[in-house]
Amino acid sequence: MYRNIIKVSRGNVSHIRRIFSPSPPPSHFGLRRNYSNKTDQIKVTFKKHNGELITVSGKEGDSLLDVIVNNNLDFDGFGACEGTLTCSTCHVILKQEDYDKLPNRPTDEELDMLDLAYDLTDTSRLGCQVVLSKDLEGLTVQVPATVNDARSS
Amino acid sequence: MMKRVYSTISQLKPNVCIVGSGPAGFYCAQQILKLLPQSTVDIYEKLPVPFGLVRYGVAPDHPEVKNVINTFTKTGDNPRVNFYGNICLGQDISLGDLTNAYHAVVLTYGADNDKKLNIPGEDGKNIISARSFVGWYNGLPEDASLDLSLDCEEATILGQGNVAMDVARILLSPVDQLKSTDITEHSLEKLSTSRIKSVNLVGRRGALQVAFTIKEFREMTKLPHVQTVFRNEQLCGVHEASATLARPRKRLTELILKTSNPDESKSNCSKYFRPIFLRSPTEFKLNDNGAITGINFAVNRLEGPLDNQQALVTEDTELIPSGIAFRSIGYQSRCVDSDIPFNEKSCTVIPKEGEF
Repeated sequence: MYRNIIKVSRGNVSHIRRIFSPSPPPSHFGLRRNYSNKTDQIKVTFKKHNGELITVSGKEGDSLLDVIVNNNLDFDGFGACEGTLTCSTCHVILKQEDYDKLPNRPTDEELDMLDLAYDLTDTSRLGCQVVLSKDLEGLTVQVPATVNDARSS
Repeated sequence: MMKRVYSTISQLKPNVCIVGSGPAGFYCAQQILKLLPQSTVDIYEKLPVPFGLVRYGVAPDHPEVKNVINTFTKTGDNPRVNFYGNICLGQDISLGDLTNAYHAVVLTYGADNDKKLNIPGEDGKNIISARSFVGWYNGLPEDASLDLSLDCEEATILGQGNVAMDVARILLSPVDQLKSTDITEHSLEKLSTSRIKSVNLVGRRGALQVAFTIKEFREMTKLPHVQTVFRNEQLCGVHEASATLARPRKRLTELILKTSNPDESKSNCSKYFRPIFLRSPTEFKLNDNGAITGINFAVNRLEGPLDNQQALVTEDTELIPSGIAFRSIGYQSRCVDSDIPFNEKSCTVIPKEGEF
């Protein structure tokens, strides 16, 4: 019986992703270098609350949540709503200069969810809304100590 | 001797049992599987199907919130996890059976009793528990035959949390919008005949203390053909106070103030959502048939520092006419097995060392 329901909600994911995904970053954003195929990968470092650094890579256009999922990073509770802007479990904290570098400011809807996150800062973003561009090569973000799955009903 | 002890420990494969398969149960199972690589986890559930409030609590027009079911399903697919549905602790199986059979028992069966107001008239007709209403529109078997009438123009919800918001939104949403969700047929049928035009959302305290969150409130302000109407005299001083608030409360308060501005009025509205502050219900007014016609409220005033204001009852009262009322003032847990150390007053399990 619940197989059906899962199918339905998966259908909705793609639907909602289309609505909410920020537009792709401009292709000439930042300094353009001659990367070979391999360097299409953009390195991102996640700093866990215990200080552990995890460096992985993702493709241009991937969200930080995609990077975490694609690399099977085990951050407890991360990405509960699968990037549909209905929870705050993919909360990450950026350095001010990286925050300023992002082409899109958070929307009201993203801020609404961030307002429910623990350890909210002025440079907090939801990982599902931060899209990798070449300009973000070497980005380091902090994963807060606790996620607050503050979704209500 | 020591060696033997060590070998015993290394061979110990903890068998853990979790009672209740809602989010708490599944998140707990995830952690046990991760931290104890030798463990097995058996999840017991009263209903035939898993996921508790994710399935039966999350509103049908919020399907994205249910995506977490995919993560839970992965946990359930783990060969070290077993799911046993249709087994009720305290009826089909006792806590003693479980503690005998497992190294550890985790109770995550939640809080399925709604709190009562304990005021006169509370057992009258069409005074509905919000929990049952949610179960009714979500297909919870025990609420399928909920007896309610939507043949009135004014509804009142007591409580200002997100469950109260869900109830208000379901009552005010265009039925066509609900049709595309997986809401139950019986509730859709009933809602399509609803005459409700105005929904009051009444709380004891003020605009700065509301429990609902900004996402739910923003959604109400965007509902088609529904105008959110505040009593503007109740928002006096709120603007001044909002400057000192932390960002989440500040943004919510600013949205409340923006919505209360007549410039934000929507045109073509046929339904009204009315948050009302500083009122404590004192009595349900019933007609000769025992059905609700209105609610008497005491008018409250706030006292105390801004970050901890309490509602104090004054001598003023107000009668709000209402053909249906929903009680949405929170839930409490139940002691389902007499062996559970339970505090009947707080409705919580009494913590003991080694037990949580």
